[in-house]
Amino acid sequence: MREKIALALLFAAAVALPLIMRALDLPGGTGVATSILCLAFAASSLNLILGHGGMISFGHAAYYGIGAYTVGILWEHFRQQEPIFGLIPGTDQLLITLPAAMLTAGLAAAVIGALSLRTSGVQFIMITLAFAQMLFFLFVGLKAYGGDDGMTIRRRNAVPGLDLRDVDQLYWLVLGLLCAWLFLQWRIVGSRFGRVLEGIRQNERRMRAIGISPYPYKLAAFVIAGMGAGAAGALMANYMRFVSPDIMSWQKSGEIMVVVILGGIGTLLGPVLGAIALQGLEFFLGGITEHWAIILGPILVLVVLFGRGGIMALIRRLLGVRHG
Amino acid sequence: MVEPILKVSGLVKRFGGLTATDNLSLDVRPGEIHALIGPNGAGKSTLIGQLVGEITPDAGSVMFLGHDVTRASVPARVKLGLGRSFQIVQLLDEETALANVALAVQAHAGHSFRFWRRADADERLLAPARALLDQVDFPPARRAARVADMSAGERKVLELAMVLAGGPRLLLLDEPMAGLGAGESIRMTDTLRALKGGPAMLLVEHDMEAVFALADRITVLVYGRAIATGTAEEIRANPAVQEAYLAEEGA
Repeated sequence: MREKIALALLFAAAVALPLIMRALDLPGGTGVATSILCLAFAASSLNLILGHGGMISFGHAAYYGIGAYTVGILWEHFRQQEPIFGLIPGTDQLLITLPAAMLTAGLAAAVIGALSLRTSGVQFIMITLAFAQMLFFLFVGLKAYGGDDGMTIRRRNAVPGLDLRDVDQLYWLVLGLLCAWLFLQWRIVGSRFGRVLEGIRQNERRMRAIGISPYPYKLAAFVIAGMGAGAAGALMANYMRFVSPDIMSWQKSGEIMVVVILGGIGTLLGPVLGAIALQGLEFFLGGITEHWAIILGPILVLVVLFGRGGIMALIRRLLGVRHG
Repeated sequence: MVEPILKVSGLVKRFGGLTATDNLSLDVRPGEIHALIGPNGAGKSTLIGQLVGEITPDAGSVMFLGHDVTRASVPARVKLGLGRSFQIVQLLDEETALANVALAVQAHAGHSFRFWRRADADERLLAPARALLDQVDFPPARRAARVADMSAGERKVLELAMVLAGGPRLLLLDEPMAGLGAGESIRMTDTLRALKGGPAMLLVEHDMEAVFALADRITVLVYGRAIATGTAEEIRANPAVQEAYLAEEGA
């Protein structure tokens, strides 16, 4: 019950955030919150495979970046009125770019996952990282789309009935899509598929002994997670109106993973809280010293060593909730 | 003669210079409990690994229910009706007893590419899971306990319930008595005896009392070779066996 009240309060605060920011005369606040939600979205998608499936993918920013580049590239071809490869016309419609971003990221995850999931342990970590680096350098080399410098998306995507140039409306759209994703993930985790995924994380040998080949289930989860990251990247590109290879750098992959661990691995809301905490810490420590990373690093190490379960575990202890 | 459920012919497995399985042949008939005994290092674990599909043999064949499964994967063999327990129990430590068995039931109820309906309240999984826990006499009061909080004996019994999900035709039981106290061993023996007539069993066990109480036939493995197969009396009387194995045990 306490948990439900806390959840309702959190949701109400999230919905009211743009109004609060305006009342506090913090016009930049809603934008920062939008970027935090995008990061939370990406981290949440990683959580599906990392927290529930035990797959330590160290290249999740690749799918985030592919989602963002899908929006950017479609915009670029829309602007120039020149179809991609003379076949696919560009567009600025989010109802097309968002599914396209998810599809492209999902396809990339299918190919990379199909190869990477043949390995496990440290090899898996390294091979997912290697694939992400390959994509990073591919986009660095793609001069047509800005190469190293990235590309500007002069105008946010259009959505019928909404005006995304209004930061508040963009924020609410991102919030709504994140909630939809979290609901979907909650259903997946509780389903038969989710049970199998949990089983694979806990004991693959046991799963084989009851007749389940882990590979197809892991691959399906990997693709779903890639699609989620693609959606997050598409939204991030719309918020920033800019895409560069930095969005798929290994540092970004690390940041997404840190958010999951900080917030609480394998929990539904952990990645959201983790994203808020990480960005909040960066902002707060950044106000104290420009060498904020020196303080942030040890904090993360302490969380990993002593705060098992991250922020979610801490909140549960405070609320007196044991499981759930 | 009845067609055996499991037929192992001329199985060979070498690890470098060591021949862990040496031209081994063996069969398990429908409904029988076939015990596999042998001193440490006889190659029992390597043999089980090859029967289950975790180790690929260098030569020979494994026929299960008329299918050649010599190179089949573990899940493929399990789908055909092979159930196995582990020497060191393999369970989902963070889950409850009921959830563990429910997942085993689910695994045998078709594919699990179902993404929407909640599985943890699905009676189609929970009802058979409870029936399996009843069958192995798992105490109802402990069914909501997590595996991490269970005793060694409870884990062994729970694993047996998971193995029985899906109605296997052959059980490969790798030391089901290992780590059990005297009372627990007796109860496990009773549970296995109660299963008799259902699935055939290949029982690897060091506990001779249990072996002689349960087994219809016994195969003695020494240095990767089956030196004798027969009833308990025949094995007890076999001089080669006495020399190689029973004498060493001080029996």
